[in-house]
Amino acid sequence: MTTFDFMGKRHIAAGISSLLIVVAIGAAIFGGLNPGLDFTGGVKVEVGFPDAVDIEQVRDVLVAEGLDSGVVQHYGSETDVMIRMPPVEGVDQSALGNEIAAALGRNFDGVQLRLSDFVGPSVGEELTESGGLALLVALGAVMIYIMWRFTGKFAVGAVAALIHDVIVVVGAFAVFQWSFNLPELAALLAVIGYSLNDTIVVSDRIRENFRTLRRGTPVEIVNRSLNQTLGRTLVTSLTTLMVLGALLLAGGEQISGFATALSIGVVVGTYSSIYVAANVLLAMGISKQDLALPEREGVGGTLESLDENQ
Amino acid sequence: MRTSSSGLTGNLLGLTGSRTRGAAPSHIGAWRYVLLAIVISIGGLYASPNLFPPDFAVQVTADNAERSVDVELLAELEQLLDEAGIAASGSERTTDGGLIRLAGSEDQLRASAVLRDHLNLLGEERQYVVALNLASTTPEWLRNLGGEPMALGLDLKGGAHFVLQVDMEQALGKRLNDEVEKIKDMLREQRVRYRRADDAVAGNTIRMGFVTADLRDRAIRVIEDEFRQPNYLLDETNVDGRPGFTITVQEARIDEIESNAIEQNLTGLRNRINQLGVAEPLVQKLGGSRIAIDLPGVQDSADAKRKINKFANLEFRLVAAANDRPSEIDEWPYEGRVVKLNKRVILTGDRVTHAVQGRDPDTGLPVVNVTLDSQGGEMFHDATAPNIGRGMSVIFIEHKPIVTVEEIDGERVETHGSRPEERVISVATIATALGYTFSITGLPLQEAQELAFLLRAGALAAPMYIVEERTVGASLGEENIQRGMLAVVVGFILVLVFMAFYYKVFGLVADIALTLNLVILVAVMSLLGATLTLPGIAGIVLTVGMAVDANVLIFSRIREELKTSAPAQAVQAGYDRAFLTILDANVTTLFVALILLAIGSGPVAGFAVTLSIGIVTSMFTAIFGSRALVHLIYGSRRVEKVLI
Repeated sequence: MTTFDFMGKRHIAAGISSLLIVVAIGAAIFGGLNPGLDFTGGVKVEVGFPDAVDIEQVRDVLVAEGLDSGVVQHYGSETDVMIRMPPVEGVDQSALGNEIAAALGRNFDGVQLRLSDFVGPSVGEELTESGGLALLVALGAVMIYIMWRFTGKFAVGAVAALIHDVIVVVGAFAVFQWSFNLPELAALLAVIGYSLNDTIVVSDRIRENFRTLRRGTPVEIVNRSLNQTLGRTLVTSLTTLMVLGALLLAGGEQISGFATALSIGVVVGTYSSIYVAANVLLAMGISKQDLALPEREGVGGTLESLDENQ
Repeated sequence: MRTSSSGLTGNLLGLTGSRTRGAAPSHIGAWRYVLLAIVISIGGLYASPNLFPPDFAVQVTADNAERSVDVELLAELEQLLDEAGIAASGSERTTDGGLIRLAGSEDQLRASAVLRDHLNLLGEERQYVVALNLASTTPEWLRNLGGEPMALGLDLKGGAHFVLQVDMEQALGKRLNDEVEKIKDMLREQRVRYRRADDAVAGNTIRMGFVTADLRDRAIRVIEDEFRQPNYLLDETNVDGRPGFTITVQEARIDEIESNAIEQNLTGLRNRINQLGVAEPLVQKLGGSRIAIDLPGVQDSADAKRKINKFANLEFRLVAAANDRPSEIDEWPYEGRVVKLNKRVILTGDRVTHAVQGRDPDTGLPVVNVTLDSQGGEMFHDATAPNIGRGMSVIFIEHKPIVTVEEIDGERVETHGSRPEERVISVATIATALGYTFSITGLPLQEAQELAFLLRAGALAAPMYIVEERTVGASLGEENIQRGMLAVVVGFILVLVFMAFYYKVFGLVADIALTLNLVILVAVMSLLGATLTLPGIAGIVLTVGMAVDANVLIFSRIREELKTSAPAQAVQAGYDRAFLTILDANVTTLFVALILLAIGSGPVAGFAVTLSIGIVTSMFTAIFGSRALVHLIYGSRRVEKVLI
């Protein structure tokens, strides 16, 4: 077993976490998140040309056809072009995608429509609301479950870690101005799931050690627990990062934002279960008294008594 | 002290305290092996249909009740394709038509063109719908057991997805206007005179005025049985300074009208989409006022949109007679002149049972041949019989979507709506009393086709507008599948190699458990009829990465225990002690996945479904499956050393 003094550096870690959060929130407020089509509404068309094509040429054709060109850019390769139009007030854009595709088809040979998306402004707004709601409900449900299975202090620690992770991932998207769409929102919830998994494993061991170890200060016990779970934490993070790497490299354009968000989330989630969840536990003054009460924990008591007997 | 622990976790997961008691372990584990074997075989069986790639096929269905697709027709069509140099690899009848299997996507496109031309003669009513489809190659016996491959989402096979918003304000307005007509009929029948008003319906209230209070009271007595609580609230008030009443439509009735409207639109849309000739379209309600449509394989969404989103109707009115009062007349532009029409509508398109586009035998111009229902026929006859020699006009009403920006409470709000565009398409002299069938002339070919289509498909209760559209081209869909599968394979192999390297024999056990997990996950998704999407593939990839976690937890625990206990006990303790941790960690993750499922539509839901199923299957394979394997390897002999 390793014997790192994790908690000895907890004040430094708290500083780093605070800094990360300040930067993330700052970036989100001042730079702003770059919401994608799913949230803003608008039109996106992706077409494939048989040969490399000049962006200016595409733009000129669209203008000549009486279409406002919006944003025209290559994506993936020289032969693939994406045209994006923000929502325009008072204009029904539901036919715009077809018009763009038809205009390009008239002017270039062998153009293939790869993708055409239209999202009405109201749909985007609803999505923002339901997405935010989902995050809150997820955090709330998790908190209640942990309060039931563990104690309130663990719940606060776990939720603090989750909020930390969500903020950092969102912050990364704001700093780099990566487009944030529906799959990235799903990734954010998956990050919550992953980080939670990690936090629970660590918390579980902390609880067990508080109950079984006779000696040691809370800091020592937490340190010991973190070292005991370190191997597992790293291995699982590694396997998860491996598959995410595969997804990032092989999965293509459409899924890369998702894989990026999750990869960041896995790294931050691993860190946060050590330095946020455990840190908060110590800051709240976790002690043996908090945990030595299986009978009073209601339904959870029967399950938890197992650990007690070992 | 360990007994209570074994009582819960040990019995549940295999390997009870058998080693310490020295009993023959294989006996105790027997039922677990049996269960595991059953799960593996069922999982393998229902995952296997996914190994059979589907054939490209052309689907032929009859579009006319008098036609059917039988074995002879299919044989004839196969012969026809053979003559055109397209090799068909077989054909079969399906519940609603027939399938002809072909070698590739190019053959499929050519074959569908050949068949379409052959089956449907130019200028005549369509007899058959020819659509591109994929035919399952799952063996018959497997299909009889319910084995089907996973359905692929539009992002993987290409196609168009629409979300339509039903204009509920219009639906309500239309319905209330009908109610007004009903009230007027009732009053006329009882000879109660009312004052005419153009604005009888405003929002969710109906207003009517009368010359005297006495008339108003009589009117209320006539209608109060029909228009009462809880659906309506009837109030006496003054209308335009005269005695009158208002009927306020109550919430319950509004809900009823709205749900009827959406149901009627769903029916209308299904009819329209069946006319499009798309294989396996999906039309479903989405929330309270929206409808989602999936059209697999549709690449040109413009054509589909024009047909599904169109709200058109017809009105038949007489040309104004000399003795008509000015208030009964309005004026319309028609072919550069102004025609005066009587405001009374003698018939609307709702009464149409059938409509076909054809050509006028004399002029060769496009016509729409219309058949009415019995009531419509009578109404039409009654209106035209006394008016032979008089002009009749057809007004074409089409709703165009519009977006308006309003300022509500200081916020700019965009509202969607539609504006009726009405025009006179024909003015003709009534030559004879018209009955159930007649023709409409005066439209250019495309509009005549569309009008026939729309009249045939049935009226919609309210206009709709598209709030979301996603079209994925076939090439991108194919690319998405290939890339997604590559990611799964690469990720899977990386994890397999790593685990075997890091945990040796136990790593191999985890690898087998992981493989089993993947098989069961695919089997469960196939059995549930879940749709595989690109985010769903991402969910599978993530599951592969996270599923080993349970084994990692167990194995690190075993390594720890090995420092203080004998190998057998260490393995035992590792499984037992890790169990609750795994359970807690997975239950909470499952929470999050289920929340994702609850809020998400489309891509998010696809991800959440695979993640949720993956969490459950991975718990089974990683704990139950791997433990049985470990037992199999180490359980039957004295263990001096375990390789971990």
